Amino acid sequence: MGNTIAEKIFATHLVDTPASGVNVIRLDAVFCHEITTPGAILDLMARGKDRVFDPARIKAVIDHVTPAKDSKTATQGLILRQWARRHNIIDFFDIGRNGVCHALFPEKGFVRPGYTVIMGDSHTCTHGAFGAFAAGVGTTDLEVGILKGVCAFRSPETLKVEITGTMAPGVFAKDVILSLIGRIGVGGATNKVIEFGGPVVAAMDMEARMTLCNMAIEAGGTCGICAPDAVTVDYLWPFIAADYPNREAALAAYQRFNPDPDAHYVDTIVHDVSDLTPQVTFDYKPDQVKSVAEMAGAPVDQVYIGSCTNGRISDLRAAAKVLEGRRIADTVRAIVSPATPQVYQEALKEGLIEIFMDAGFCVTNPTCGACLGMSNGVLAEGEVCASTTNRNFYGRMGKGALVHLMSPATAAATAIEGVITNSPLFTDPQPA
Amino acid sequence: MKSFSGNVLFLDRSDINTDEIIPAKYLTEVERQKLKPYLLEDLKLAGFDPKRDLQEKRVVLSRANFGCGSSREHAPWALEANGIHVVVAESFARIFRQNMFNCGLLALELPADIVDGLFTAFAGRATRVDTDWQARQLTFRSGGDQRTVHFDLSDFDSDLVEAGGWVEYADSKY
Ligand code: SF4
Repeated sequence: MGNTIAEKIFATHLVDTPASGVNVIRLDAVFCHEITTPGAILDLMARGKDRVFDPARIKAVIDHVTPAKDSKTATQGLILRQWARRHNIIDFFDIGRNGVCHALFPEKGFVRPGYTVIMGDSHTCTHGAFGAFAAGVGTTDLEVGILKGVCAFRSPETLKVEITGTMAPGVFAKDVILSLIGRIGVGGATNKVIEFGGPVVAAMDMEARMTLCNMAIEAGGTCGICAPDAVTVDYLWPFIAADYPNREAALAAYQRFNPDPDAHYVDTIVHDVSDLTPQVTFDYKPDQVKSVAEMAGAPVDQVYIGSCTNGRISDLRAAAKVLEGRRIADTVRAIVSPATPQVYQEALKEGLIEIFMDAGFCVTNPTCGACLGMSNGVLAEGEVCASTTNRNFYGRMGKGALVHLMSPATAAATAIEGVITNSPLFTDPQPA
Repeated sequence: MKSFSGNVLFLDRSDINTDEIIPAKYLTEVERQKLKPYLLEDLKLAGFDPKRDLQEKRVVLSRANFGCGSSREHAPWALEANGIHVVVAESFARIFRQNMFNCGLLALELPADIVDGLFTAFAGRATRVDTDWQARQLTFRSGGDQRTVHFDLSDFDSDLVEAGGWVEYADSKY
C-alpha cells in the first residue's frame, strides 16, 4: 500500500510514537503571531523554560491588531517583540514590514514542499498549498513547538478531493472552496488532511491554491495539501535558486513527497466545477452556502476585502477590475486591507489603490483587524458585511452582526450595488 | 489531576464554535482567569443565558463537532476559569480536543446514541456527573435516576492528563 503526501512527510519527520496512532514529529518551522504566542511565552517564563529550539526556524509577526488599538494589544505586541529580540529571532515582522501571517510567510519563501509547520492559528492550513504539512495548534502545542521543535499528531487520514471540469469566467478558488464546504459540511474533514488535486488545481496559481487550502479548516481539516509541481517551484525559485542547479532538479526533489498511485484515502470526492456559479454564505456557518444568484438583492452595510483568504494581489486585481470607473453605493461603506506591504506596493504600482479610492473604499494598512472583529472595521449589532474572509460565525466581525463570505469580485460588485450581486466578470454558462 | 465531577451544563447543539465559546475581542487578555465572565457569551442557543446557566456547572454535555473554528486555547482556558474541566460530546474539532488534553482537561467522545440518550433522560433537569477515572466511567444522576456510561482514552491522552499537560511531558521526553 502506498502513501499520501502527509504520510510521506510524517515518515520523514517522525521522532516518537508515544501511543499507537500518535506521532511526535520534528518541525521545520514554527510561526508565531501576537494573539496566541504571548500566552506561550509567559507560560514558558513562569516554568523557567524561556528557551527556543532554533531561532532560525521560528518566524514571528504582529498582524492581528496593528497598529495596536489599546494598551492590551500594545502589551501583546511588546511581549512578542521583546521575546524575538531576546532570542535573536531574525525573522520578526513589526509594523511597517508586517502583514497577515498566512500571506506574509509564503511571500518570504518560508514554506517549502515537504515541510512540517505549526502555528497558533487555525488557518495555518493555508501553507499546505506548497505541499507542506501545516497545521493550526493551540497555545500549549505552540509552546512545546517553540521549546522543543516537535508536535504530536494522530496519523493523518487523508481525504482526496479531485477538482474537475472547467471554471466559468468570474468563478474563483473562493467559490470552489465554498461549494466544497457546502457539500461536505463543517465537520466533513475533521481529523483529516484534504489532498487537493485534479486538473483545476493543476491549472491554479499559488495564490488560488492558498485560498483553497486556507479554508480546509472550515470543513474541520487538519491541513489542505496540493502536490508540489512546476507552479510551486516557479513561485519559490527566487528563494531556492542557490540550492538547486535548475528548476527541474528542485521539482524532482520536491516530488518525492507526491502521493503514490496506490495511496490509501479514507474517501475520494470528485468535485466538478463546470456548472459552478459564484457562491456566498447565508447564515452563521461556513457550510451554509448558496449561489450568489439565489442571494441576490440582500442588502449589506459594509464590504470588506482582505484577509489570509483573499487579500493577495490577485484578489485586489479581481476586485479592482470590477470597481474600475465605478462608485460604491451610498448605503455602503467599503474597506480594503492589502494583506502584506508587498501586496500594497504592487497594488499602488498597478494603480489598483487609486481605483479602490476613486470607488470610495477606505484603504487600511496590512492587518487582520476586521476579519476577527478586533479592529479596523468592527460591525455594530444587526449590521451585515459582505466579506472575502473565511469565517461567518455569529459575532465574528462584531457582536450580533452577520457576515456573508464571498470572492473579491462578488464583494466588489456588491459594494457597487449595495446588495449582494454577481460580478460582471461572471457570465452564467447556462442562463436560466 | 483536576476534579472531573460536578453539575452538568446541557448545550443541545452541534458545531458550537470557538468564537461562541470565547469571542475574539477577549483574546487581548493574557491572564487566563480574566476570561471567566465571557464564557459562551455569543452562544447561539435558544433560551441560553450564560449568567444564569453557567452557575455551579462543572461538566458540559454537547453534540457533534464541538469546538470547531479557531485554534484559540482561550476556549479551554475560559472553560477552566469557570471550573469546567470536562466536555462530553459526540465528537470534537481536532485542535479543540488536543488543547483540552494539553491543558490536562478532558474532552470525552461518546457514541451519538448514548449522547442522545443522556439528553433525553437528563436535559432540563439538575444533573450531576461523577467521574471514576480508574474505571473510565461517568455516572449521571438526577433525582432518583442514574445512568453510567463508559469512555475510552488512549494511553497518551491519559498520560497528558496525569502529567498535568503536554509541556512538562514533552520537555522531559524530547
Ligand atoms: S486574516 Fe482572519 S482568518 Fe486570517 S489569520 Fe488573520 S484573523 Fe485569522
